[in-house]
Amino acid sequence: MPAKKPKVAVFKFASCDGCQLSLLDAEEHLLAVAGAVEIANFAEASRRMLKGPYDIGLVEGSITTPHDVERIREIRKSCRVLITIGACATAGGIQALRNWKDVKEFTRLVYASPEYISTLDRSMPVGSYVHVDFELRGCPINKLQLLEVVNAALNKRKPNIPAHSVCMECKLRGTVCVMVAKGIPCLGPVTQVGCGAICPAFDRGCYGCFGPMENPNPPALSTRMFELGKDRHDIMLLYRGFNAYAEAFRKESEAHEK
Amino acid sequence: MFIVELNDLQGLLTALQAGGFTVIGPTVKDGAITFDTLSSIEELPRGWSDVQEAGSYGIRHSEDDTLFSYNVGPHSWKKFLFPARLRLFSARKAGKAFEVDPVSPSAPPKYAFLGVRSCELAAIAIQDKIFMSGPYADKHYTALRKSACIIAVNCVHVGGTCFCASMGTGPRAKDGYDLVLTEIRTDDRHYFVAQMGSPLGKGLLQQVTHREADQKEREQVEKALKAAHDRMGRSLDTHNLPRLLEDNFESPRWEDVAKRCLSCANCTMVCPTCFCSTVEDVTDLSGEHAERWRRWDSCFTTDFTKVAGGNIRMSTRTRYRQWLTHKLCNWVEQFGTYGCVGCGRCITWCPVGIDITAEAAAIRETSMTTTNG
Ligand code: SF4
Ligand code: SF4
Ligand code: SF4
Repeated sequence: MPAKKPKVAVFKFASCDGCQLSLLDAEEHLLAVAGAVEIANFAEASRRMLKGPYDIGLVEGSITTPHDVERIREIRKSCRVLITIGACATAGGIQALRNWKDVKEFTRLVYASPEYISTLDRSMPVGSYVHVDFELRGCPINKLQLLEVVNAALNKRKPNIPAHSVCMECKLRGTVCVMVAKGIPCLGPVTQVGCGAICPAFDRGCYGCFGPMENPNPPALSTRMFELGKDRHDIMLLYRGFNAYAEAFRKESEAHEK
Repeated sequence: MFIVELNDLQGLLTALQAGGFTVIGPTVKDGAITFDTLSSIEELPRGWSDVQEAGSYGIRHSEDDTLFSYNVGPHSWKKFLFPARLRLFSARKAGKAFEVDPVSPSAPPKYAFLGVRSCELAAIAIQDKIFMSGPYADKHYTALRKSACIIAVNCVHVGGTCFCASMGTGPRAKDGYDLVLTEIRTDDRHYFVAQMGSPLGKGLLQQVTHREADQKEREQVEKALKAAHDRMGRSLDTHNLPRLLEDNFESPRWEDVAKRCLSCANCTMVCPTCFCSTVEDVTDLSGEHAERWRRWDSCFTTDFTKVAGGNIRMSTRTRYRQWLTHKLCNWVEQFGTYGCVGCGRCITWCPVGIDITAEAAAIRETSMTTTNG
C-alpha cells in the first residue's frame, strides 16, 4: 500500500523568487519530485493551495515588515520541518544593505504617501524570528542541493550539504587557484561551498554567494587582500553582497567601513 | 646511464602508448603547469618555468627551450591514484534491507606518469604504504597503482618553496621509478640522461633510440643535481623534530598561526601525502536506489572531527596543530617516515602564505625545552 505522500509547501517573503524557481528549473527531476511529494502550496507553479499542516515548508525571502513577522510565526506552526532557502531567508539578502541606512528616509524619498508604508527598519533572516530546521544557502540556491535536502528529509537521512570552504571544491575539481596564481581577490576561503566553485573555474574570485563557511576568518583574508593591492573600501564592498548581513561578513565589512 | 637525444624523446611516448598506457604529464593550462593527458611531447611546457613563493605562483618563459625547468604545480599524482571523488558501490532496496550491486569489473586505466619528481616519488611511496599494506588495503588504489608506469625526472632546477633536501627526498630520484630522466641543456646540446629502475623501464628504453653515456655526460648529471641541492628555496631543520613538537603541544605559536589560518583546507588538498577521505551516501527521491561515494576530506573541516556527543577539534588552533604535528611528528611513529616530503605545495597554494617550514622554525625558536639542543 503506498504511504500517504508528504505535503510540501513553498512560502515567499521579501525575495526575487529565483530560489523557488530552482525547484521548477530542476526539469529532469521534476517528475520524480511530483511523484514523491504532494505540492500543497507553490504559487509559482500552481494555483491549487491545500490547507496545512505541511510536512515540509520551504521558505524563501527575508522578513522585512511587521506583517511578515506574524505570517512567518503562523507558517512555523503549520510546518513540521521548516527549511529556509536562499541568501534572503538565511541572511537577509541583498535588501539587508538597508540595515546600514535609515529606512524612513528611503520611504520618504520613494513613496508619495510614506505614511502608508509599514516596514521594519531591518531586513532579517527567517531564523531570527522562528526556529528553522535547516538553512539552505546560496544566491540563488543550487537546485541539486535543494533536491538533496528534500530527498534527505523524505528518506530520513542526513543531507550531504557540507559547510566547508569553496576552496575545497576548487581543489576537488582541479581548478587552479585564481588568488594564488593570478592575484585575483577571492572570498572562497571564507565562503561556504554549494555552488560547485563556479567562479574560480571561470577566472573570477568568489563573490560569497553561499555566505560564511563554518569557521570563517575574514580578518586573515583581508590581510592578504591588502597585500594584493585592495584598500579598505574595496574590502568593505566585497563583503556587502547577497550575504552582507551574515554575521562574519557583516563584522568584516563594518571593520573596514570608516 | 644512457643518452636519449631530445629528438628521440617522442619515441618514449610512442612506446608507452603502444604499451596501452594513458600518458599523463605536465602541460600549461589556466596559467599554471598542471597534469593532463599527453599525446605528444609537444604538449609539455617547453620553454616555461615557474616562480613560487608563499601564497603565490606564476609561470613565465624561461631563458631556454627546456622541457622540465619548473617544479611541482597545483596538481599532484594523487589526483589519479586516489581520485577526489569515487563511487564505491550502488545498492537497491530489497524489502526492508538493501542489496549491493556487484561492482562492474571495468578495467582501471593504465596510467603512465611522465615527469614525476623525486619528492613525488617519496609521496607515492608514502601513499602506497597507507593504501596498499595491512589488512584493509584499498582495492581501488591498488588496482591503479599496480598498473601504473612512472617516468621520473630529476630536478636540476629547484623552486622557491621546495625543501626536499631537508626531508631527504630529493632532488635526485632514488627509487620508485621505472625510468628516470635528467634533462641536460648546454649551449650546443639538448639531451636526456636515462636510468632504468625496473624491467618495464628497461623494455621501454629498448624501444627508444639511445646510446651509453660517456664519462663527461655522467659528470654533467652529478654537477646539475649538486647545484640543485645547494639552491633549495627553503629548508626545515629536522633535528629531533618529533620530540620538539611533542614537547611544544601547548606552544603559543599555535594560537598565532590560528589567527592567520583560514581553515580553508587548501594545504591538505594539494598535499601529495594527505590521504583523508569521507563517504557520502546518496539516494534517489524514491529511496529505491542508493550510492556510496568517497571524496577527499580534510582535518581542517568541522565534520572531520564530529563524533557522537560533540566535536573534538573546534578551533583552528587545534586543527592546524593536528595537521602540522601529524606531518612532522606522529606520522613517524605511525608510518616510519615523515608525512611531509618537502614539495612546498602547501606553502605556495595557501591563500595567505602560511609556511610549514616557518611555523616549525618558530616553534623551535620559542621552545622552552632542551630538545632544541
Ligand atoms: S580560487 Fe578562491 S575559492 Fe578557489 S582555492 Fe583559490 S581562494 Fe579558494
Ligand atoms: S606538507 Fe606541504 S611540503 Fe610537505 S608534502 Fe605536504 S604539501 Fe608538500
Ligand atoms: S594553512 Fe593555509 S591553506 Fe592551510 S587551512 Fe590554513 S589558510 Fe588554508
